[in-house]
Amino acid sequence: MANVIDDATIEYVSILAKLELSGEEREQAKKDMANMLDYIDKLGELDTKGVEPMSHVFPVQNVFREDEVTNGDASGQILANAPEERDGMFVVPQTFE
Amino acid sequence: MAKEYETVIGLEVHVELATKTKIFCGCSTAFGGAPNTHTCPVCTGMPGSLPVLNRQVVEYAMKVGLATNCHITQYCKFDRKNYFYPDNPQNYQISQLYLPICRDGWVEIEVPGEGGADLPGAGQGAGYTKKVGIHEIHMEEDAGKLIHDEWEGCSLVDYNRSGVPLIEIVSEPDMRSAQEVIAYLEKLRCTIQYLGASDCKLQEGSMRADVNLSVREAGTEGFGTRTEMKNLNSFRAIARAIEGERARQIDLLESGEKVVQETRRWDDAKETSYAMRSKEDAQDYRYFPDPDLVPVSISDEWLEKVREELPEFREEKRKRYRESFDLPDYDIDIITDSKHMADLFEETVALGAQPKKVSNWLMVETLRILKEREMDAEDISFSPGHLAALIELTEKKVINSTVAKEVFEAMFDRDVDPAAYVEEKGLKTVNDEGALRKTVEEVIAANPQSVEDYRNGKEKAIGFLVGQTMKAMQGKADPAGVNRLLKELLG
Repeated sequence: MANVIDDATIEYVSILAKLELSGEEREQAKKDMANMLDYIDKLGELDTKGVEPMSHVFPVQNVFREDEVTNGDASGQILANAPEERDGMFVVPQTFE
Repeated sequence: MAKEYETVIGLEVHVELATKTKIFCGCSTAFGGAPNTHTCPVCTGMPGSLPVLNRQVVEYAMKVGLATNCHITQYCKFDRKNYFYPDNPQNYQISQLYLPICRDGWVEIEVPGEGGADLPGAGQGAGYTKKVGIHEIHMEEDAGKLIHDEWEGCSLVDYNRSGVPLIEIVSEPDMRSAQEVIAYLEKLRCTIQYLGASDCKLQEGSMRADVNLSVREAGTEGFGTRTEMKNLNSFRAIARAIEGERARQIDLLESGEKVVQETRRWDDAKETSYAMRSKEDAQDYRYFPDPDLVPVSISDEWLEKVREELPEFREEKRKRYRESFDLPDYDIDIITDSKHMADLFEETVALGAQPKKVSNWLMVETLRILKEREMDAEDISFSPGHLAALIELTEKKVINSTVAKEVFEAMFDRDVDPAAYVEEKGLKTVNDEGALRKTVEEVIAANPQSVEDYRNGKEKAIGFLVGQTMKAMQGKADPAGVNRLLKELLG
C-alpha cells in the first residue's frame, strides 16, 4: 500500500461525511481509503494529455424543458417517503449550525 | 499613532430567478404554498429521478451576464457540490464550479457623497463613480426550508424552495466601504429588475448578500484573512454588519491575535455576529461534473437573440429623459429607479398627459402612499390610462386638487376609473355660476366681521371666507374660482 491515511485525515473525513466510527471501523476505513487511493494512482499512470475531461457518456447537449408548470400537489406521495411526518413536513433529527 | 486600516469587501449575491417553475423540474416556484405541495421526486432527491434544465434559467442568467459586461461561457456545465444537511435532500447541490455561465464582468456604481440622503441618486456631484468587477455568475438550485423545534428536539423540512433557480453573482474584492457595497447592490437590483429576471427583494429573500470582508493596513497590497457574513436581509443590516466586522477584525489585529477564516452569522437585533462554522475548503465539497445533466452549448445566434432582447437600462433612460422631458434630475432619478414606474410614466405621457404633471403624481402622492404602506414601486397596480384620465379631470377643472387626491387613493387601491368614480360619488366641482354666487353671497352675509377685516386691508381674511364657501359647497368648488368671485363681490 503506497498511500497511508492517518488518524487526523480519517477524523476530518468523518466530520464531513457525518459518520461516527468505532475504533475497529475506523481502522478498516483507513485501510479501505488507502486502497482506493492506490487504485486511483494506477489510473494516474495513463497519459491523458490533450484528453478533455468527460462529464457525460453520450455526445448530447442542450436538453431543456420549457418553463411550464407540469407538476401538481403530490405532497401525499412525497411525504410517504418520510421516516416521520408532522404538519406536512419531514421530521429529521435537530440540526443547527 | 494608531494604524490606518482599509476594509476590503467582496460580495456573493444570490438572486432568485422569476421563472414559473423550478430549475430542474416542473414544480411551481409560487410563494406561500402549504409545505411540500410544490415538490416531486426530482426536487426531493429521490433515487432514480432525472433533472432536466429549465431553458428560461439559462436565458435569465445570460441576460444578467450581458447586462453586467460579462463574457458568456458558450459551453458550460453543471457540477455537484457535496455536503450533508437536511435542507439538501440529494446530499449535493447542483451548481457550477468549473465552467460557470458568465465570467469577468463589471458594473459601474454611483456612490453618493458624505451626508447624501438615502434616496437613490441623492448626493450626486459630491459622490463618485467606480467600477466593481464581477468574477463570475453561476446557476444553481436553492435549498429547502428548515424549521427548528427546540421543544421536541427535531427539525421540520419543507422542500417547496428546494430546486428554485438561483444565480450567484460573485464580485471581485473591489469594494472598500458600506456605501460602496450598498451602491453595488442597488445597481444589481435595478439592472436585474429592468431585465425582469427577479424582483430582488432583500426582505423576502429573493436577493441575498453574503459579505466577504478583510482588513489590511492602508497602503499595503496583500489581503488579510477574510470572514464571510451571512443573514443580512436589509441594506441597513448590511451597513451595520460591515462596520461591526471591520471593528472586530481591527480589534483582533491590534491585540496581536489572528482573524480566523470562518462563516459568521449577523444578528441585527443584537448588532453582533457569531461564528457559524469554520469555512470548508472547496476540496471538501468534492465537486464533480453532474452526470445527470448534459452540457449547455450556447450558439452565437442564441446569444445574439438574447442580446437584442435587452431593455433600455437606467443610464440610457435617464439620458433620454433629460433630453426629451423638461423634468428635474431628481424626478428622473426616482422615476427611472424602477422600470415599472418608468414604464408607467412613459405610457401615461404617451396618452397625452403633460410629463411634469405625471411626474408630480408619482413623486408626491404615489411615493407618499408607497412609503406609508411599506410597498415597493413594483407593487403599483393602477393603469396609465387611469392616471392620464385623472390628470385630464384636474386640468379641465372637473374636480379640484383636494378631490383629485381622494380619487387618486381609490385609484391606487383598486385601479378605479377616475371619471366613473367622480360621477358615482358626485365629486364634480360645481361649475354652476348661479349656485356658486348664491353660496358666496350667503357666506358674506353670515360673516360680517371677516368681511370688514378684509375691507380694512386684512388680505388674509379672504382665506377664511374661501374656506367657509368650500365647506358649504362640500368641497366641490374650484378654490381659485371662489377666491375670484369673493374679491369681485367684496369689490
